[in-house]
Amino acid sequence: MMDRLALDVAHLFAGGLVLVSFMLLYQDRMTGLVNNFALHAVVVSLSVAWQAYIQDAPHLYITAAIALGVKAFVIPLALHRIILRLGIHRTIEPVVGIGLTMLAGIGLVALAIMVMLPITAQAGTLAREDLAFALSVILLGLLMMVSRRNAVSQVIGFMSIENGLILAATGAKGMPLVVEISVAFSILVALIVIGIFLFRIRERFETVDVHALHEHRGEQP
Amino acid sequence: MSDAGALAVGAILAVPALAALLLALLPDDRTAARLNMGAALATLGCALVLFTRRPGAGAFLIVDDLNVVFIVLNTFVGFTTSVFSASYIAHELETGRLTPAYLRFYHAMYQTLMFAMNLALLSNNIGLMWVAVELATLTTVLMVGIYRTPAALEAAWKYFILGSVGIALALFGTILVYLAARASVGEGLDAMAWNVLVERAAGFDPALLNLAFVFLLLGYGTKVGLVPLHAWLPDAHAEGPTPISAVLSGLLLNVALFAVLRFKTIMSANPGALAPGPLMVSLGLLSVLFAAFMLYRRQDIKRLFAYSSIEHMGIITFAFGMGGPLANFAGLLHMTLHSLTKSAIFYCVGHIAQVKGTQRMSEIRGLTVSHPALGWSLVLGAVAIAGLPPMGLFMSEFLVVTSTFARQPVLAVLLGLSLLVALGALLLRVNGLAFGEPDGVAHASRVSYVPVFAHFALVLVAGVWLPPALVAWFQHVASLLS
Repeated sequence: MMDRLALDVAHLFAGGLVLVSFMLLYQDRMTGLVNNFALHAVVVSLSVAWQAYIQDAPHLYITAAIALGVKAFVIPLALHRIILRLGIHRTIEPVVGIGLTMLAGIGLVALAIMVMLPITAQAGTLAREDLAFALSVILLGLLMMVSRRNAVSQVIGFMSIENGLILAATGAKGMPLVVEISVAFSILVALIVIGIFLFRIRERFETVDVHALHEHRGEQP
Repeated sequence: MSDAGALAVGAILAVPALAALLLALLPDDRTAARLNMGAALATLGCALVLFTRRPGAGAFLIVDDLNVVFIVLNTFVGFTTSVFSASYIAHELETGRLTPAYLRFYHAMYQTLMFAMNLALLSNNIGLMWVAVELATLTTVLMVGIYRTPAALEAAWKYFILGSVGIALALFGTILVYLAARASVGEGLDAMAWNVLVERAAGFDPALLNLAFVFLLLGYGTKVGLVPLHAWLPDAHAEGPTPISAVLSGLLLNVALFAVLRFKTIMSANPGALAPGPLMVSLGLLSVLFAAFMLYRRQDIKRLFAYSSIEHMGIITFAFGMGGPLANFAGLLHMTLHSLTKSAIFYCVGHIAQVKGTQRMSEIRGLTVSHPALGWSLVLGAVAIAGLPPMGLFMSEFLVVTSTFARQPVLAVLLGLSLLVALGALLLRVNGLAFGEPDGVAHASRVSYVPVFAHFALVLVAGVWLPPALVAWFQHVASLLS
């Protein structure tokens, strides 16, 4: 009985993460995007904490705490400040329409499930669905990175990929170094955000639209 | 099982780490450059010890026949680049392109990068290796953007986004390898240790391994600069400080390739898994073809040689993908010689860009007349990198092509043709740069020729006479890989 429940709750969180990934895809305001990302981080930290509980692996609580503290609070707050400072709270500028992006997203989730489920038959039920969900989140994050022009949305896309990876790593029962890897990843993410902040892309380019960056390509005649 | 070996391994990691810390605190730039050189030399010394004394495999670190080659190459080029860097940076300070505060940061990052690359090469744990490659990516991103010009920031951003996506994919592959191993090795550190993975690979689930390898090849392949994942590479080379271009081309690409090779060994040890060769061969060949044609359209001298790096990484990946003792031998030799040649070329190019005050090739002419030593070094480097005799790269490229001819004539013809196309492009460009009437400005610069000539001498010696001991060593490593 307990096992059944444990699995169901794990799937609930992992599935919830895929759902929030979809929500990230259709945001049309910067503020909403950042808030949604904070929700993404909360769901992933819940998921990791649940894995820590059912696998009886206390070190995973550290990963959960990092996810919650850094990605649900510190980074969204910093991003909100950047958005305010730069005055870009309305601009999302998707490359293709939101409807098309959502359709592509559904296709990617189907792909992830079709790829992962057959080949992970040996890996155990828990890891199996977790991996399929994790790959979905990763692919959706990639989709978000290519379908947005804005530097801040690209960073959020990247951080959602990272959440998917943490889900995969904690789902692989007994994987060593998960905490170290999540710390290394957090440093990377923190650095990106600091990078946007310090380099003040706006100051140099008047916009955080990365297409504006292409004007400075070294090789235009 | 020797204490000296274990000490050396510890020192290879500890010296750069401590030096990075010291350099971050040290305000004087002269002393900093010297300390940077000293630390790199000490690391090289420790790496040489590994030839004779080698510690046993631990849970996290391992020294085996394969990675010794990479570590010695890594620390050697790391040292010569630090010598070049000292004179390069002095000029950048004088012209005001870098301030002392940024310089402190630069030196600290240089040693951090050396630490990360050595750690990636020494690690016996696929997770630890991933963390090290990630650290190396981060430090290079920071250094590429150090000039803070719009172009440099764009290059850093592009590198950062593509590099992060690459390492994210590689992490997913790493997790899948762990899952594949867990079923037969059991939970815990053993299921992530190289030596255990290779030994037990035959029992892993082939389907999981296949999927993992695709992710790993795409992920680490982004860092190798394989087409179509190469977009970051030319920008990062062109906009960062030239010592970093040299280290990127000469070393970091190798480290990423080393990761791919390690996973390829696991794949080959599993009879049911997909053969990794064809994937690597097609990516490699595509890179060579693409880069060879792209060479013609370059206008920036550093970009020219960055595309040439894509071409050569393609050749090396192609050779390792073909597999077999001869192709692997050729791949190893080509990798070593390419590192030496390309970093030496970047040393020249760095000084050329400084004396001419530009990287645009249309504004650089007649270098052999205005700066004979620099100009002829560039010509020599171009001859070497284009694969002409008597330089060593001729021999390794020849070996790659001939060993392919025996097995896949069509691929060999394609590879040979694109090598010729690249040769034409390089000679055409360098002809314009080196000969004719000199024009444009000529700033004074203190040029350090020692690292340039040391590298070229080694490449020349390798082309004329390879020491039998080295041949035997490379043959042994090549047979381990196949």
